[in-house]
Amino acid sequence: MKRKLVVIGAGMASGRLIEHLVAEAPGAFDITLFNAEPRGTYNRIMLSPVLAGDKTYAEIVTHDDAWYAAQGVTCRFGEHVVAIDRAAKTVHGQNGPVAYDKLVIATGSAPFIIPVQGKDLPGVVTYRDLDDTNAMIAAAAKGGKAVVIGGGLLGLEAAAGLAERGMEVTVLHLMGHLMERQLDEAAGALLRRDLESRGLKIMTRASTAAILGTDRVEGVLLEDNTGLEADLVVMAVGIRPETRLATDARLEVARGIEVNARMQSLTDPDVYAVGECVEFEGHLFGLVAPLYDQARVLAQSLIGEDASFVVRDTATKLKVTGCDLFSAGDFAASEGREDIVLRDPARGVYKRLVLEGDRLVGAVMYGDTADGNWFFQLIKDGTNIEAMRETLIFGPDMQGGDPEDPFPAVAVLAPEAAQSGCDGLSRSSSIVPNANNGATQASRRAAV
Amino acid sequence: MKARDVKETRSTCAYCGVGCGVLLSPDGKGGLAVRGDPEHPANRGRLCSKGSALGETVGLEDRLLGPRVNGLDTGWDDALQLVADRFARTISHYGPDSVAFYVSGQLLTEDYYVANKLMKGFIGSANIDTNSRLCMASSVAGHKRAFGTDTVPGTYEDIDEADLVVLVGSNLAWCHPVLYQRLLAARETRGTRIVVIDPRRTASCDQADMHLALAPGSDVALFNRLLLAIHDGGALDRDYLRHAEGLEAAIAAARQDPAGVSGLSEDEIRAFCGLWTGTEKVVTIYSQGVNQSTSGADKVNAILNCHLASGRIGKPGCGPFSVTGQPNAMGGREVGGLANMLACHLDLENAEHRAAVGDFWRAPRLPDRAGLKAVDMFRAVADGRIKALWIIHTNPAVSMPEADAVRDAIAACPFTVVSDITARNDTARLADVLLPATAWAEKSGTVTNSDRTISRQRAVLPAPGTARPDWQILAEVGRRMGFAGAFDYADEAEIFREHAALSGIAGRFGRDFDISGLAGIGDHQYRDLAPQRWPVSGSRQGGRFFADGQFFHRDGKARLVAVTWAPPAAAPSPRFPLRLNTGRVRDQWHTMTRTAKSPRLSAHLAEPFLEIHPEDAARLGVAAADLVRAEAPTGAAILRARITDAVPPGQVFAPIHWTAETAPSGRIDALVAAACDPVSGQPESKAAVVSVRRWEAGWYGFAVSRGEMAPRCDYWALARTAAGYRAELAGAVAPADWEAEARRLFDLPEAEVASVIDSHRGSARIALRDQRGLAAALFVSPRPVAVMRDYLATLPGEPAGDVLSGRPAADVPNPGPILCSCFGVGVNSIVSAIESRALVSVESIGEALGAGTNCGSCKPEIAELLNTVRKARGDSAAV
Repeated sequence: MKRKLVVIGAGMASGRLIEHLVAEAPGAFDITLFNAEPRGTYNRIMLSPVLAGDKTYAEIVTHDDAWYAAQGVTCRFGEHVVAIDRAAKTVHGQNGPVAYDKLVIATGSAPFIIPVQGKDLPGVVTYRDLDDTNAMIAAAAKGGKAVVIGGGLLGLEAAAGLAERGMEVTVLHLMGHLMERQLDEAAGALLRRDLESRGLKIMTRASTAAILGTDRVEGVLLEDNTGLEADLVVMAVGIRPETRLATDARLEVARGIEVNARMQSLTDPDVYAVGECVEFEGHLFGLVAPLYDQARVLAQSLIGEDASFVVRDTATKLKVTGCDLFSAGDFAASEGREDIVLRDPARGVYKRLVLEGDRLVGAVMYGDTADGNWFFQLIKDGTNIEAMRETLIFGPDMQGGDPEDPFPAVAVLAPEAAQSGCDGLSRSSSIVPNANNGATQASRRAAV
Repeated sequence: MKARDVKETRSTCAYCGVGCGVLLSPDGKGGLAVRGDPEHPANRGRLCSKGSALGETVGLEDRLLGPRVNGLDTGWDDALQLVADRFARTISHYGPDSVAFYVSGQLLTEDYYVANKLMKGFIGSANIDTNSRLCMASSVAGHKRAFGTDTVPGTYEDIDEADLVVLVGSNLAWCHPVLYQRLLAARETRGTRIVVIDPRRTASCDQADMHLALAPGSDVALFNRLLLAIHDGGALDRDYLRHAEGLEAAIAAARQDPAGVSGLSEDEIRAFCGLWTGTEKVVTIYSQGVNQSTSGADKVNAILNCHLASGRIGKPGCGPFSVTGQPNAMGGREVGGLANMLACHLDLENAEHRAAVGDFWRAPRLPDRAGLKAVDMFRAVADGRIKALWIIHTNPAVSMPEADAVRDAIAACPFTVVSDITARNDTARLADVLLPATAWAEKSGTVTNSDRTISRQRAVLPAPGTARPDWQILAEVGRRMGFAGAFDYADEAEIFREHAALSGIAGRFGRDFDISGLAGIGDHQYRDLAPQRWPVSGSRQGGRFFADGQFFHRDGKARLVAVTWAPPAAAPSPRFPLRLNTGRVRDQWHTMTRTAKSPRLSAHLAEPFLEIHPEDAARLGVAAADLVRAEAPTGAAILRARITDAVPPGQVFAPIHWTAETAPSGRIDALVAAACDPVSGQPESKAAVVSVRRWEAGWYGFAVSRGEMAPRCDYWALARTAAGYRAELAGAVAPADWEAEARRLFDLPEAEVASVIDSHRGSARIALRDQRGLAAALFVSPRPVAVMRDYLATLPGEPAGDVLSGRPAADVPNPGPILCSCFGVGVNSIVSAIESRALVSVESIGEALGAGTNCGSCKPEIAELLNTVRKARGDSAAV
């Protein structure tokens, strides 16, 4: 007998969840999928390339209506959910109720709107979904000046996209350097330099006092009374979990909907949550990797298999062409942490690795992020990096293989020392090089 | 070969006493192509790594181009007048023995002759000694005691014709590589057996049938045992011994040696004696391991005794053979460059000889006793007896024993003149007057090699700046001191003719050195003089000495000298428990004034080191690549530890080459006490005593640069590369700001910086770039720096985007440390060729890579490498 599964929200986590379910338990569920947006699932991460004109919407769609139809999913796209009746195990949509055995809340997050005068003026947009993106594209078509409030990941991607489309863009950032949650000051400065060289104007320590305008936005006023003209204001100061439905349904909600490791609401075993709306052990989630983890765990929970979600470190990449940036793990300076810093301003490269003891816990890279995933893996695996500390920052291609000869001149004289093992410098492997070295390097590179 | 297109000039190599002929082709831009002269009898076209790289050493970047007085550029006239005046004034106030010349086996015979004539004939002192004192004075003394003159009996052909060659205290493979290759070629054709007698297992042991690692300084005991074996075993040549005195006393003395002092087993001694006495054609080649000893002359005589007693001398394939370390050590001996000789092998103490030479020179006052030998000379400088000193083409502040004290003595000397080709060496920096001399490829004259062959050295490059030939400088000072008539030479040919004429007088006294047959040669004949072995007189032309039993003592007989074993002067003690041996490395020569200019030669061994046995290293807690501090009563050094069982337990070895210019903490002669042989005055350079401990470096560094660098840390060693320089660095305390330190080190205040800093660990990597690419890079670590040095050394001047990683990307081959300097072939290239092409012999490696096919000096190392690889593969087949 098919169980009735209702999913609220058709974002990336939901798309991945349903993919798992239809693959691993075909026919087990009768699925109804609500989505406030009038469309199926697309890769939200790729909105910035759409904004920048590098991709089209069609290219970022992952699961469209046809796909869902083929899987037998009942799609109620463009329909807002009004309420959840847990007692009746019913979800009320604008167009009518639907009963569930199991409910998945995947409402995602909502942009944070700073409570300043003028925030609701036409021409003030957030940057969350395709509609926001299209609004910006439309505004940019008229040219003029844009002010992006927020110098984080989303704000900078928006700013770069708008600049790409010919607008004169100013980024206002409250903190001392851009992307302060992902970058340290030095990397932030390199990023700023690169963005400025692309024509963006960056103002840090800039606190917005008001958005000005009568019928529509005309400018932004800063706390220090600086006034900026603006034909478009993008509010990109952060997101918060979208929990309104859950709160109304009296599910336990802190910052997000609280779930256990099976993605089950702490309040109601038939209600689950996944994605950016979730709070787990105090953590919120805004990046795709943990969302996919959650989707997998949730699918297994629904099927009845044992699975647990664990929090892993996350890595961030900025999708702005020409700004190669990567950050992963925790790189705040603190007691007991050591760092290795590479600075090559001429090449615009900055890398910082943060260590705790013999483990890598954080990595920030700017300008050359080719080894980002390798560092990320070392962080996630808790690999002991002591033996490669000297060369760690140079990435996987510079590990192993021919050992650097610590003493070539004199060692050259002493092959017998290697034989007798009295030379503590693993000279022998330099004398007899690893024939597999090339292959190992190549496969490692391919695997990354 | 394109040589046909270029005019090649015959000359002679600047380095060791083999005296190889070279063909020189200047490129017209200051450079020089060099190849071996196929027609020279010493080398028949072969050259060693050093000779092959001569062209890399003629650059002018560190040349002294004009005279300097107290550091200020001065004209020749003023400088020479000052020298003449100060010497004259000093002599008039304090007498002729208050001045001294310290000269060099790198002077040409003509230069040497003028220096000796000026000091002994006209200043009237015998205070002229030479760095040959440090090199072969014991051989001179031994020869004179045995033969009556300083005569090398044999010729290089004896090496070709011997059935047994014994190398005593000679690392021939590295120090006289062309002779060693000649020996190996003979072994190839006639199966010559080779015995190496050396406390250390050197590269010369590679092909040896027997290596006797005797206790340092115990050669007399071993050769006394051989003498007894000759005597007791019926190998005496009674017939020949009619020409010799002293056999019974020598036998009696030999029997007095205590048993076991050589440290060799009875089996080893018996085997050696059996081989020696059982082989008719034996050549015993000996060098610094014999000479540089407080019993050096006795060692020489112990060897000569055996050859005399068995009649193995003066015949093809037979004889004792002293091989010299300098290109013209023999020429110096001939002209009388040593303080205890007169000229042309005539004796200072002999009134007839003095009178004859005095008449010939029309010299006012010849000294009647020996002057100060090197060690005593610098002691006299230190205590103020010598008040004016002229040092010519040698670097005693580095090379003398107790080098720190010698350096301080020179610095304190009231008037020091230094003639050299550079202002940049430890001694030149101490000079009051610096006189720029012409260098090897710029000077013309003759040299004599170890087998008495006189060869021309010819000028092919113009003198840079206002540099002058040494004979001109010396003669001009002589003229200005009032001896105009005696020093009015037009050219070096005139000096040569005078020297040859004087040798005729010696010949009339019955001395061995007689080249009077050349006294009348014209300028063209001198210019075109072909290599020829002395004597060259009406009665004799070259050849061997002593087959006829005619010796140069008054009675015409040879002497067997009664010698007994004596230990080295310094005994190991709890405070200084290790015996320090010193010597050369393959690709450097003396204090590196020239060889350090060659990137190729600098690649083989880029820093000074201390070889220490694994047991000693373990006991002292010394790991490979650690730095160690070696301390002796007279001084201390910081060196890189090279852990190897090539040295026996209780002994350590360090090279002699490094100086304040290249590695200030590596001045090894600061650790050598000035204990001298009482007969020869030669210091004991190979038997100092030291303590060794790990030197606690706070940081280690490696640096490469396009331009010069100015290290100022506790340990550094600087070497040339094709791209610029490389340096090993270490210090007790790390600078706070490595970027600032790098900018200072390389003097690049404005360069763009890229860095990797691991501040908690104390690691730093700094690259400095300018518009011409990488200017310099510095790698610092709390441990010995692990980077691919030979790769990094190629990067200055390149874009070198990945320099900080310290190694090439995985897809770039890393040739590894250079083993074959001639062709720049690295260890890794050789190993990978062995593996991938299944090479099984040194020859096949040579065919595949060229390695070892020019000078062959690296072949022992290639053989060891091949063995190592095959052992690592579990392949037990012998190479």
